[in-house]
Amino acid sequence: MSPISRGFHGRRREAPAGRVPPGQYVTEDFPVLSAGPTPHTPLENWTFSIAGGSASKSWTWDEFRALPTENVTVDIHCVTRWSKLDTHWQGVSVDTLLDQVEHDADYVLPFCDGGYTTNLPVADVTGGQAWVAFGYDGEPLHPEHGGPARLLVPHLYFWKSAKWVRGFRLSDTDEPGFWETYGYHIYGDPWREQRYAGD
Amino acid sequence: MAGTAVRRRLTWQLGTVGSLTDETAMVRTIALDVPGWPGHRAGQHLDVRLTAEDGYRAERSYSIASAPGEPVAITVERLDDGEVSPYLTKELMATDELELRGPIGGYFVWDPTDCRPLMLLAGGSGIVPLRAILRHRERTGSAVPVRLLYSSRSWEDVIYRDELDALGDGVQVIHALTRRQPPGWTGYARRVDAQMLTEVAWPADQAPLAYACGPTSFVETVAGGLVGLGYPPQRVKTERFGATGDR
Repeated sequence: MSPISRGFHGRRREAPAGRVPPGQYVTEDFPVLSAGPTPHTPLENWTFSIAGGSASKSWTWDEFRALPTENVTVDIHCVTRWSKLDTHWQGVSVDTLLDQVEHDADYVLPFCDGGYTTNLPVADVTGGQAWVAFGYDGEPLHPEHGGPARLLVPHLYFWKSAKWVRGFRLSDTDEPGFWETYGYHIYGDPWREQRYAGD
Repeated sequence: MAGTAVRRRLTWQLGTVGSLTDETAMVRTIALDVPGWPGHRAGQHLDVRLTAEDGYRAERSYSIASAPGEPVAITVERLDDGEVSPYLTKELMATDELELRGPIGGYFVWDPTDCRPLMLLAGGSGIVPLRAILRHRERTGSAVPVRLLYSSRSWEDVIYRDELDALGDGVQVIHALTRRQPPGWTGYARRVDAQMLTEVAWPADQAPLAYACGPTSFVETVAGGLVGLGYPPQRVKTERFGATGDR
């Protein structure tokens, strides 16, 4: 039982029912949270690779951009408690990428410029649930927000949507990524408020 | 535990508000007595949870302002359109109870066994976790040389001003006042830029370790600027608070 905070009434905002997970508030702007400097990899040096097991595949930027793209409108939820509704992205479905390699891995570890990693079950990035996004609101994705390309997995807390993503390592085991090693939740479902290990 | 996983479950705890210190017109430090606090590292943060009479709750994260071993304290900047910060800086009184859990975060932390020169960069209330680092350095007798570049709107907006003034040998504090300067001010009177970093930052060949905390635009400028000066990106740790006025 939480004690009542004497004199606290809150500034409640109207939010569409069922759209905002517990403990979140809706923001109109797009905060930036990163653990280090923003990398700026020239597109001519950019590749996207899938590695691990017998699978291996790499795309240059032009090859990647020649893949079929999708426009998606999704709600995103940051573990620092902001949620942003109806964000518009353009990207390549992770299904499209993984369909091009033979694998039976259960987990995917995105790796990124700057050294960031995170971990996700393959089941959470397939079936139309995840994209490698390169466009936001009709514009190229800004470097602060992960451009040229970031992972977009809107049904999990946004630290799973790795910025500056350069590829996937496929694995049979669920290996903690960057924030997961520092005490954040291994899975990160915002609807179950899985912010920190043990939540 | 040096930078490793915190696997202990983070449970909500009750703290009792001790002293309240107004650092500036908009910023207040709240000292807390938290029985059973597991201890924290310099640079970590904690979550605060408020509960209204009808059960409505609001949670926010705040950097811990005190050094490891000191009583837990947070320093909160009031954002007038915010939900939690106006309560914490205006309504909360000594002996009130406050629900919190932590410590959280294990990357933006400093350990006194690290001997590298420290380059600290703060924009506004981004000074708070860096103050925990500075206090930890003093308390542990670390001889690591420090330069702190601290950007504030005006002299009246400088948080911990007297404490920073009183820091001992080995700490250089360089202020930049971006909007208004006192009469006779001879220091920087503009936003931090690449030229200022060239003049102030430790040269990269001294292998410094940098911590930058502040608004996104500030952190983007200083982190990118330090990389431009030859700092390896992995030695520039950052913590950004977004443009949102909702803390």
